[in-house]
Amino acid sequence: MPAHRRAPAPEAAPGQTSSRELGRRRFMGYLIAAPTLAVAAGGAWELLTPDDASAAIPSPPQPSDAYDLGDLQNDAALPTAYLIKIVINEDGTASFAMPRAEVGQGITTTVAMMIAEELDLPLDKVTVSLADARPELMLNQLTGGSNSVRSLYIPVRTAAALARQQLLLTASKQLNVPVEQLTTAGGNILTPTGKALSYGSLAVPAASFTLTSTSVLVKPTSKFTLLGTPQNRIDALDIVTGRKQFAMDLEVSPDAKPTMVARPPTINGKPKKVNNLAAVLALPGVTDVAMITYGVAIRAETFGQCIDAIQVIDVDWAGGTVDGQSDESVEKKLKAAQLPLAVPNLLTKSVDTEITFAFASNSPLEPDCAIADIKGGKGEIWSSLKVPIWAKQNIEEELGMAPGSVTVHVAQGGGSFGRHLFHDVALEAAEASKKMGKPVKLMWTRTDDFRQGRTHPMCVAKVRATYALGNVISYEQRHTSVRTDFTHGLGEVLTATAAKSPLVGNYSFAQSIFLLSQSSPYNFGVTTQLLNEVDLGYNTGSMRNIYSPNTVTAEELVVDELAKRMGKDRVDFRRSFLKDERLKAVLEKAADKGEWGRSLPDGVFQGIALHGEYRGAICTVLELDCRPETVNRKIRDAVTGPRVTRATVVVDVGLALNPRGLEAQMIGGFNDGIAMALTSSLHIKDGIPLEGSWDNYFYTRQWNTPPEMNVVIMPPTTGEPGGAGELAVAPSMAAAACAYAQSIGRIPTYFPINHGTLGFEPYPLEPSSPNSPTDGLTNRI
Amino acid sequence: MSTHVFNVNGRRVSVECDDSVRLLWVLRDLLGIHGPKYGCGLNVCKACTSHINGTAFNPCSVPVSDIKESDEITTIEGLAASVGKDLHPMQEAWLEGDVAQCGYCQPGQIMAAAALVKEKGADISDDDLDQIRNICRCGTYHRIREAIKAGAAKM
Repeated sequence: MPAHRRAPAPEAAPGQTSSRELGRRRFMGYLIAAPTLAVAAGGAWELLTPDDASAAIPSPPQPSDAYDLGDLQNDAALPTAYLIKIVINEDGTASFAMPRAEVGQGITTTVAMMIAEELDLPLDKVTVSLADARPELMLNQLTGGSNSVRSLYIPVRTAAALARQQLLLTASKQLNVPVEQLTTAGGNILTPTGKALSYGSLAVPAASFTLTSTSVLVKPTSKFTLLGTPQNRIDALDIVTGRKQFAMDLEVSPDAKPTMVARPPTINGKPKKVNNLAAVLALPGVTDVAMITYGVAIRAETFGQCIDAIQVIDVDWAGGTVDGQSDESVEKKLKAAQLPLAVPNLLTKSVDTEITFAFASNSPLEPDCAIADIKGGKGEIWSSLKVPIWAKQNIEEELGMAPGSVTVHVAQGGGSFGRHLFHDVALEAAEASKKMGKPVKLMWTRTDDFRQGRTHPMCVAKVRATYALGNVISYEQRHTSVRTDFTHGLGEVLTATAAKSPLVGNYSFAQSIFLLSQSSPYNFGVTTQLLNEVDLGYNTGSMRNIYSPNTVTAEELVVDELAKRMGKDRVDFRRSFLKDERLKAVLEKAADKGEWGRSLPDGVFQGIALHGEYRGAICTVLELDCRPETVNRKIRDAVTGPRVTRATVVVDVGLALNPRGLEAQMIGGFNDGIAMALTSSLHIKDGIPLEGSWDNYFYTRQWNTPPEMNVVIMPPTTGEPGGAGELAVAPSMAAAACAYAQSIGRIPTYFPINHGTLGFEPYPLEPSSPNSPTDGLTNRI
Repeated sequence: MSTHVFNVNGRRVSVECDDSVRLLWVLRDLLGIHGPKYGCGLNVCKACTSHINGTAFNPCSVPVSDIKESDEITTIEGLAASVGKDLHPMQEAWLEGDVAQCGYCQPGQIMAAAALVKEKGADISDDDLDQIRNICRCGTYHRIREAIKAGAAKM
């Protein structure tokens, strides 16, 4: 057992009873027995913050107003926060193996900024790597819910502040100068006479021989010099020079050869027999062929030869889990499963609407990829994983291996959008490696990612809002969805924090997630938002912002309709019904910067939408060009249609730690949102999506993205960082939907708006992945 | 199996493999050049965009036997050297604009942008930018557009 796990309960430290001293907060931490200075945050904050709203059962109408999913994740992470360790090295750098996944959201940069800030160390002297799966962290190694910065903000700063304090105390002894007279700057301890001692020279002398509990003051936000300033990504140079390594780029062993999987023409079909094994093994480059649970793995000298073999292999398949189902049959089942509305629409006027949202893909650009080396009862895995502890334990169990026998390394992810909450590819790689007795680098093809990968499930939103005498009397929303798979461990989080959760009653995990993330921002009288799920056997999972893009789109469309019925401007209407001051502020700013109501050509429409989640508030204003010359633009193998020509996103995250990274997340989330409204969906036919490439699944492209985009970051409000990674998706989708509704004069009943027209010729289902073209020198565009 | 000889990033290389193996896999799996990324293998996503004799192409869709001995292949790793610098102006523009998020598509984006500006000149219009087919699933398009304009001014 590592020394730091034998931690005694921390004793009360001086100052502990007062949680705030002159605006500074005192936190517990540990000096860890290690060769150089190593520190960790303490786990006793609940003693320090008795007044936090998160500790109380909220009384407001909706649970997530007072205690949201992120609070629950924070509470789940709290008991193991002290296991998060920062090390000061002899070269003067600080290093931190972050127990979270970096998938493009920029948290390695933000966390490096936190450490640099507290340590008074230049940002380029902080290294943030991704920690291996560490089962002892239990619930504190899950990347999701836009919660990483929220959950690491206090522990990481506490540990860094403790390191600084220990360096100061050590220097004080060495120099025989009272610690009060010493200062820190640029990675050095400075004396009043100008003498400097580098952190590197103190790393060994400052090291602790025992685990020691102590307390420390962290910097107040008013003293921040780095946090709050725009900083570039710490991996930007590696990215633009091609040096950044993703799982498929790792050279862990020359024997970890390219491996791909031939798959059934159904979802979750299993192989029964390979009819031409000898012929496949005789193909150029092919080294091994092995049946795995959901396909036949083919290992070769190059990935290209794996793809060639997929064209040739002949497999007998058992049926899949959703054979024969289609968009139409799923929609019918969802509508049959809707929970009833409670308020009759007989005595008052009402807006009644029902909107279907198609299946969507959460596949990032980097295909699912994992390296696995399983032999002799031991194993090692490399992959981008957002819940690596579960991946490790599940792989050990599925392969019949002893607990602790598989080491799981977390690789940099080329996007995630929810995909890497699951470790499907790592499990397949492990299975293939075990069966072949050799290491493999197993990658899904692009077509696998769309057809076999997890989906954001189809759902139907039914809304009834009743109104009379200028007031909205009731607002009821029933969200009916194909089941979203949350088996990656949020369930454990919910169980572990059941006592603190404000939810009373026997909610399913999915219903709990729904209730902790959904909240109507409007004073609409009696408000209920309920989820019902139908398990139809699809492979599903959370996609960026989970339920909110659909629920907020439905709500904002109804808000526009209510405004119209009451004869009010859409911004004025929102202003009079919004509950929250932060939402009102972003509304005003967005209406101003987005020039709400400005004169536009006929056929160009404005849309506006708001959202509050992750302790943030956001408003999007956009202009949608629906003129025929724009809608009918001809671009080969593309969806054009209405184009967003101008976008304004105004965001208040409470405290923006890295405004440049926050702006990036707003731009990215915006492009996700408009894709869900206007262009991108999966079409299910005969039990499998038809999409097989990025010219089938129409995620936003350059010809769809707004030429003019403006992100405004509000000054600090709450003083604490909220979540940012997913925040922009819902209001951007909703604003695009609302603008489109203006153009057609009614609420659309299906999203994305182009779903009814199949804009491509599907690849055949067999072979399961098409071969690469050969005309790349003549077909360049 | 046959021997294929050509130039990559100013270096002469010789590879033993079947004629039909696409150049992307020769670069990635046999030569260990990982800048060009696999995003589809269908000449659609453009994540592998590289240059052949100074113009953009997608090696995922070119059999290695189509590459002549005299051909000069440039990947993101060799872009800066192709203009005799530590960083190509387009790479500098990408850094200044902090364009990347996950970074997976960005080598291909930069290679496409450098070739586009070389072809069209410094005066890049919104219409020109709209023609770029490279996908960024993180949705960094706005910063890509700004960086291309800034990089073009310095090329």
